[in-house]
Parts: sequence; C-alpha cells; structure tokens
Amino acid sequence: MSVRTLPLLFLNLGGEMLYILDQRLRAQNIPGDKARKVLNDIISTMFNRKFMEELFKPQELYSKKALRTVYDRLAHASIMRLNQASMDKLYDLMTMAFKYQVLLCPRPRDVLLVTFNHLDAIKGFIQDSPTILHQVDETFRQLTETYGGLSAGEFQMIRQTLLSFFQDLHIRVSIFLKDRVQNSNGRFVLPVSGPVPWGTEVPGLIRMFNRKGEEVRKAEFKHGGNYVAAPKEGSFELYGDRVLKLGTNMYSVNRPVETHMSGASKNLASQTQESIAPNPLAKEELNLLARLMGGMEIKKPSGPEPGFRLNLFTTDEEEEQAALTRPEELSYEVINIQATQDQQRNEELAQIMGEFEVMDQPRRITSKGDDLLAMMDEL
Amino acid sequence: MFRRERSIPLRGSAAALCNNLSVLQQRNLTHFGVVHGPSAQLLSAAPEGVPLAQRQLHAKEGAGVSSPFITQVHWCVLPDRVLLVLASHRGIQMYESDGSVMVYWHALDSGDASLVQAVFARGIAASGHFICVGAWSGRVLVFDIPAKGPHIVLSEELAGHQTPVTDIATEPAQGQDCVADMVTADDSGLLCVWRSGPEFKLLTRIPGFGVPCPSVQLWQGTIAAGYGDGQVRLYEASTGTLHVQINAHARAVCALDLAPDVGKLLSAAEDTFVHIWKLSRSPESGYIEVEHCHGACVPDTQVCGARFCDPSGSSFAVTGYDLAEILRFSSM
Repeated sequence: MSVRTLPLLFLNLGGEMLYILDQRLRAQNIPGDKARKVLNDIISTMFNRKFMEELFKPQELYSKKALRTVYDRLAHASIMRLNQASMDKLYDLMTMAFKYQVLLCPRPRDVLLVTFNHLDAIKGFIQDSPTILHQVDETFRQLTETYGGLSAGEFQMIRQTLLSFFQDLHIRVSIFLKDRVQNSNGRFVLPVSGPVPWGTEVPGLIRMFNRKGEEVRKAEFKHGGNYVAAPKEGSFELYGDRVLKLGTNMYSVNRPVETHMSGASKNLASQTQESIAPNPLAKEELNLLARLMGGMEIKKPSGPEPGFRLNLFTTDEEEEQAALTRPEELSYEVINIQATQDQQRNEELAQIMGEFEVMDQPRRITSKGDDLLAMMDEL
Repeated sequence: MFRRERSIPLRGSAAALCNNLSVLQQRNLTHFGVVHGPSAQLLSAAPEGVPLAQRQLHAKEGAGVSSPFITQVHWCVLPDRVLLVLASHRGIQMYESDGSVMVYWHALDSGDASLVQAVFARGIAASGHFICVGAWSGRVLVFDIPAKGPHIVLSEELAGHQTPVTDIATEPAQGQDCVADMVTADDSGLLCVWRSGPEFKLLTRIPGFGVPCPSVQLWQGTIAAGYGDGQVRLYEASTGTLHVQINAHARAVCALDLAPDVGKLLSAAEDTFVHIWKLSRSPESGYIEVEHCHGACVPDTQVCGARFCDPSGSSFAVTGYDLAEILRFSSM
C-alpha cells in the first residue's frame, strides 16, 4: 500500500478533531479565551515542524489503535482534559467523518482538496498567532511539494490505502443519519446523481470511429444515474475556491452529534479476530510511533491557568453510560489477549515509550512520563 | 434482464482494490476468490449459492511494520493444470487450484525503491503454459509452468511499461502468425499489446491519456479497456486503433469481464453501477460495434470486483468495498 498516506490521514483526522472540539467548547460555554488557548495549543502541537518532518517521511500506516494514541496525546496538548468515553466518541466521530469524505471523494486526487478544506478551516481557528498560522502554511507547502507531482495512479493507491484503514468500521453517527447520508446499518449512502468528477463525461453516450479516427456513429444508452457535468475543478493553490465541500466544517451550525454503537456490530467478527491474533509487528510499530511522537512537543499546563474537562456528551450521566455500554470490540483501550508473552510485550512497549521519554525530554519523567506510561498501558 | 440471487456471505469484507473477484467454474461448483486486506478468502459454492468450502490465504510475511497487503487473487487456467496466483506487496505466491499447497514463491526485489514507493505485484493472467504477473516497476514477469510439479521458472521479464502494471488480459492464440494474444495495462493508461511464445513480442503500444486503466479484456482481437474516468474504450488489438468510446460510468471503472462464447462485456465501477455490453463486428466494414444490454445499480456499494459466472454470460457476481458478501445475479 502507498507509503505516502500517513500525512493525509493524520491532517484530515486532526482537522475533524478540531471541528468537534470547537463545537463542544462552544456548546459547553467554555469562556472564549480558554477555548482559544485550547485550539491554539492543539494546532501548534499538531503542526510542529519536527513532528511534520517525521510525518512526511514515506512510511506505512499505523493501526487504528496506535494512531488513536497520537490523538489522545494531541487532544491533551492544552489545559483541556477528556475522559475515556469522550475520547472514544471523539475518535469515532473523526474516523467516520473522514471515512465518508474519502469514500465520496470524486477523484482520488481530490482527497488533497479535502485536506486543503481542513487546513483552510484550521487557519480560521487560529487567533492572534502569526507563528502558528505560518506553521500551517508551511505544512500546506509540504503537501503541495509531496503530492503536487503524484500521478492519478498514485492517488488511487493512496485512496485504496485510506479505505483499507477504514474497512469494517460502521459506527452510526446521528448527524449523518439525520442528513440521510448514512444508512441505519452504518454504511454510507452513495449518491447516483449530481456532478460527475472533473474530467469525467456524463455517462450515457457511445461513440464509434472508423479506421481514420472519424466518428461514424453515435448512440445513447440509459445509464440509470442522473448526473450533470462537473462545474469546475477545485483550486490546489494556497488560497482558492476548493469547489468540493467535503472536509469543510459540518459542525459550524450548533447541533448535537451522537454515535450509536449498537448497530455497529454487524461486521465486527473479522475485526475482533484481528485484534485477538497476537501481532508480532506491534513492537516495531510502537518503535516508529515513538519516533513520530518524539516530534510532538507537549507544553505542560503551567502558570495560573486552571484546566477543565470537556464532555463530548450532553450530560455527565450520558458519558458514564457510554463508557459502560461500549461494545468490547470497539474499545481501544483493551486488547483481549491473555497470553503471558503479550503482557511481557506490553511491558516492553511501556519501556520503549519510557526510554523515548527519558531521552527526549528528561525533565518530564516524573509528571508527564507517568501519564504516557499509563496511556501506553491502556493500548 | 437479470435478477438478484441469494448472496454468498464472506468472513471478511472485500478490500477497495480493482478486479477484486476471481471466479473459476469446475463441474458443478463455482469457486470465488476475494481479497480482504492482509488475507484472501477462497470459497466454493453449489449452483444455489450455498457455500461448501472456505479457505483463508495470507501473504507471506517479510520485513515491515504491518502484515503485507494482498493486491489480487486469480485462478490461472493452463493447458494441463489450474493454479491459483496470489499477488501481494511482498511477492507472488502460486498455489494448487484449491489453495491447499503453495507450489511456488517469488519474492519481489525492491532494491531501494521500498523506501520511497510501494512495491507490489498486480495483474495476473495465463497465456499458454505461461503465467504473467505485473509489477510496480512496470515490468511483466513471465513464469514458465510445467505440466505438473513445482519446477516453475521465471523465463522472461517484459519491459513495456514505465508505471505500475494494473491488469493483464489474454486469449488463446488462433494459430496464425503475429496474432496479438496478450494485453497489459498500467497506471498511466498505457496499453501494451503482445504476442506470446517462447519469447514474447511487443506488437503495439496504445498511449494513455493521464488516467489509470485498472482493467482490460481481450476478445477475438478486440481490446476492451476500462479507465479511471469512467470510460470504456474498444480497440483493434492488431493495430491499436480506437473504434468505440463509451461514457460508461460516472466514477472509475474497477472491473471488466468477458463472456467468450457470446462476446458480452461486463463493466463495473465505483459509481455503484454494473453494465453489460454486447460486442460485435459490423458485417460490412468489419469495425467493432457495441450495444448496451443491461444496467443495474448495486445501491450504496462501491463495486470493486465483477465476473461472469458462466461462459455464456447468463450470470455474474459482484463484490463491493466494505461489503462482506458476494452478490450474485442471473438472467431471468
């Protein structure tokens, strides 16, 4: 699978995370200055130069669990705290939203426009910080440099790689169900009308040519869809009309977003199977993850600024209930393996992360290091 | 007209790959092969669609962070035997037709390429006693297959493509000289037309137009090619002349198949539609002609594999991304 997929996956999921956090910060009436600080801190961590360098190196994708660790850390890069149930819900929403965007992407190349939509919106979140704004523009430049020259075939493989990451994930999201873009079985609705992708002709015409290349006959056929021509191509420039709406902020209008776990169990058999099978590659994956996260600088909440807890649910009771009723197959924090070698492995992982912590930021061994160990234990 | 038959459940959903369905008919049984991701599933079904036997195959492990992904499974019908070929991001695995015994393994030599680009095999077809498999480098590997036993040799590497091979189509040579009996397609949309033999000969190149050609078929000297922009094009194999251009689908075509007895072409795309076309030759001019026979929507399914289930094209099967079943259709 394509080794150029991780930056797109990370940036788009990160963009969705920021949309949701922004909406929840407003819904929970968090004071403006605090909300701004949270978004600024997370964006600045997300677009950290060293971290972006690691991210853009050609590499394979991480597992869903491993990537979840990165977002766990990112979401806690500021004074805001999320408990397990809220973090689970946040990750579910992010992944389902980006799965939808990748699935509906008109051409494989348009996944880049989806990414630009996210980056454009993220720039709108940044308040009074030219430095952070510059970081995002720098990432935009890196995206253009890395992806600008790729062929349609390479984008096709990137899209296939993204789709394989999201395969068998069928969590129902209320905003999608209400908008009728998701069916009750968790599968997305694929429209058979509207504009065709840029560069594609509206289906329904057969043209026949003679040996000299002259058109000798035309015939029409009934395709079954109801398409119109593409209006224009979206802009791949730093500033421009992306035309495509996928990847823009769908939470900008304040409305509640729920996830439903119950209906998600249909295809979980295979997923569970995979997580039960001991994965000898997990250690290597964590080595890489450690390197990637080494670039992520987390500023420890300091000074007089008191922290606060954000709830992805309407009430605390709902949050507690969600934590209790989440299907085991969907929990990111538990691996259902009992073998002793796995325990041993978990210790090794903790050690790996521990070592990396010691090497990278020695002053955090006692405080932040413990958090991280706890987080890795949860893997 | 076609109607939906009972679908066949899969243990894992189909991966978003082109040509992600292989069908082999043997006596009363139909065998299906579908790629899930790091594994592929083989199953056999009786005519009513009741699955009888199942088997999981995995790509051979190698260095790397994740289990290698499989890119395609395909049954190759040779004069004396049938082999199942599995292409992955590590290499090429050849099995006895039921997938029970692996008879040959070819590791892909990536050199330094794996650092900056994905290395994989993709595009599988049998031609005479050869099995041809495409590679990420654009090369086509030709394996000479003995009538029995594991002594398979890599006999030739064909250089015609500059970008990754997507699909290969063949048809039995008619016995004349200089007959095109193999077509290879690639990510840039370029098609190469070959004559098989102890040494394969490149006859024609049909240039692409910037979109990949994920699927290609060959029937009585006619090339059918499905493209990433939803078009299906028909070319004269011997000359490379374009004779028919169909605005067939609203999204990328991901699978084509041919029913050789009747010249029916099946096209399937990410727009959730499958179409059946009838190919013919004009009695006056000899030009290739086409007629639309049937179209069907597989609602909310990004189709990734489609195959006829019999040589007369009266039934076909379809797989879709994220869908844990094989959908079957047959004519009423």
